[in-house]
Amino acid sequence: MRRKALDKKDVIWLGFVALLALLPLAPVVAANSFHMHVVILILLFASMSQAWNIIGGYCGQVSFGHSVFFGIGAYGAGMAVVTYGGAPWPGILIGVLLAAAIAVVISYPCFKLSGHYFAIATFAIVEIFNRSFMVWDWVGGAMGLDYPLVKEGLKNLMWYDTKTGYYYCALILFLLIFSVVRWLEGHRFGYYMRAVREGQETAESLGVNSTAVKLAAMALSAALSALCGAFFAQYNLRVDTPMVMSLDMSMKFVLITILGGSGTLVGPLLGAAVLIPLQEYTRAFWGGLGGGVDLIIFGLLIILMVVKQPAGMIGIIGDMHRRFFKHKGIAKGDSADGSP
Amino acid sequence: MDTLLQVLLDGMLNGLVYALVAAGLCLIWGVMDVINFAHGEYLMIAMYVSYWLGFLAKVDPLLSVIAAAAFIFLLGVLTYKLIIRYTIGKSPLAALLATFGLAMFLKNFCLNRFSPNFLILSDTWLGDKTFQAGGLIIPLPQLVAGVLSLAVIVLVYALINATRFGWAVQATAMDRDAAELMGINTERIYILIFGIGGACVGVAGGIMPSYLAVHPEVGSLFGLIAFVCVAMGGFGSIPGALLAGLLVGVTEALAGFYIAPVFKYIAVFGLYLAVVFLRPKGILGW
Repeated sequence: MRRKALDKKDVIWLGFVALLALLPLAPVVAANSFHMHVVILILLFASMSQAWNIIGGYCGQVSFGHSVFFGIGAYGAGMAVVTYGGAPWPGILIGVLLAAAIAVVISYPCFKLSGHYFAIATFAIVEIFNRSFMVWDWVGGAMGLDYPLVKEGLKNLMWYDTKTGYYYCALILFLLIFSVVRWLEGHRFGYYMRAVREGQETAESLGVNSTAVKLAAMALSAALSALCGAFFAQYNLRVDTPMVMSLDMSMKFVLITILGGSGTLVGPLLGAAVLIPLQEYTRAFWGGLGGGVDLIIFGLLIILMVVKQPAGMIGIIGDMHRRFFKHKGIAKGDSADGSP
Repeated sequence: MDTLLQVLLDGMLNGLVYALVAAGLCLIWGVMDVINFAHGEYLMIAMYVSYWLGFLAKVDPLLSVIAAAAFIFLLGVLTYKLIIRYTIGKSPLAALLATFGLAMFLKNFCLNRFSPNFLILSDTWLGDKTFQAGGLIIPLPQLVAGVLSLAVIVLVYALINATRFGWAVQATAMDRDAAELMGINTERIYILIFGIGGACVGVAGGIMPSYLAVHPEVGSLFGLIAFVCVAMGGFGSIPGALLAGLLVGVTEALAGFYIAPVFKYIAVFGLYLAVVFLRPKGILGW
């Protein structure tokens, strides 16, 4: 099935990316490194959540274990630089491949579990990895890995003066992962994934090998998550277990995607574009008061958003769209309950 | 031999408390199919209630249990009224994410109000008392907590299986619409179940300050262990939660003593994976 190389939706996307590419030229953003930091984090978390979206949104397997893969990517880059004193690139490659391999090995038995049993198994896996890495001296143990000061530039994937280098790396990461998912949407494999999500038995009866589809989707999702983890390590200049390989990090993958709109291409970007600035600016404004005021507000906002519109922001946009275009007869309720 | 028995005993006493925390979660989960992510934070709040009653009003945790249970009952009802009610019948993840937000709120609220310091209640009736029986040293606070937990679990089990209210709960769990048609006020059942599930964890949290320090992070681990116990025991099965709680307690104690303390929870979570890989619906599930 051949389709046109670019349809209208893709042109809008490319225009949007071109706009992002020009963003560092805008003085409002470039002159204020905090705004720049927020935009980089939005791109990074949108990419991570999009990676999760492959298995969690399109394939319907809600995994709370993605911080394991994210962490492996981060440790890959971190150990290449800190432990072996080289460039991060070989470590990133090893981390990505290892994350995909581990994803296949641990997901194979987990996919036999259903519903909450699967979700809790992924919690358990995160905790096992978290606690093992905390006491494993070879990967830095509880101390974590602190980056040394090396020459900045693309070779070491590190910049100190401005964040522009990081910004373009994040943009490439974002473009890569969104393109992969955009391509999957129209590809045979994307249809297989959605078929498995909507009804595994039905999909099987039509000749889809559901186990193979789920494992492949998980491996792809894990590899892309590890790539994001590696970027996170390079950006943070520090890797430690509670930050990169914890349940809190796992929840971020899920939260951003679901609150944005899971199983949709724009959902993760919407989620990240709303949640990350909220998180960063509440921290900047109220974090200084001490004692988690920022997280109190963040927690309340999560509750409010889930209670008001469980289908996520894409659902809110859908509602508004319907309200404004009601007289033109837009189809009702097609995506409002698109969650798995 | 004596050492092994001692380790087993300590594990089982802890396991009974885990089982009670899990039983509360199990009830909510079994009836409404909702994972209450803030369950561990309920436990933490109950511990703070008991601690502050002990610290300010000199009430012993043994008596504060009632106040803590009542407080968490109300907190549960409030959670249902304000949050869970809106997520029922929508995506199964909605309730989980909303209660994750609630957990974040409660944890940081306590951090803000009570500081991250470990608070220890001294001069309690049970505190640090032990007695010897046949070569075993039995810590009194843990023993009382274990026995109390077991009593509450039996009580809840009887409530669900041997009363009219319990039958209504079971009917609601099986098919909400059908139960509604039979004249059961299912909304009321949901409210009460969320409250009772909270009260279970309130009892556990109420007694704990007599042997455990209170701090805002204390609930997170207990919450996770409760998830593991509920799923390991089998969906919605209270005897399963009891069995799984004991298993988890014993595994934790054995791994902590014979391997190394850091491997305690690796062993516990490993045990869960081993159990569900063999029996995908838990020990007593079907």
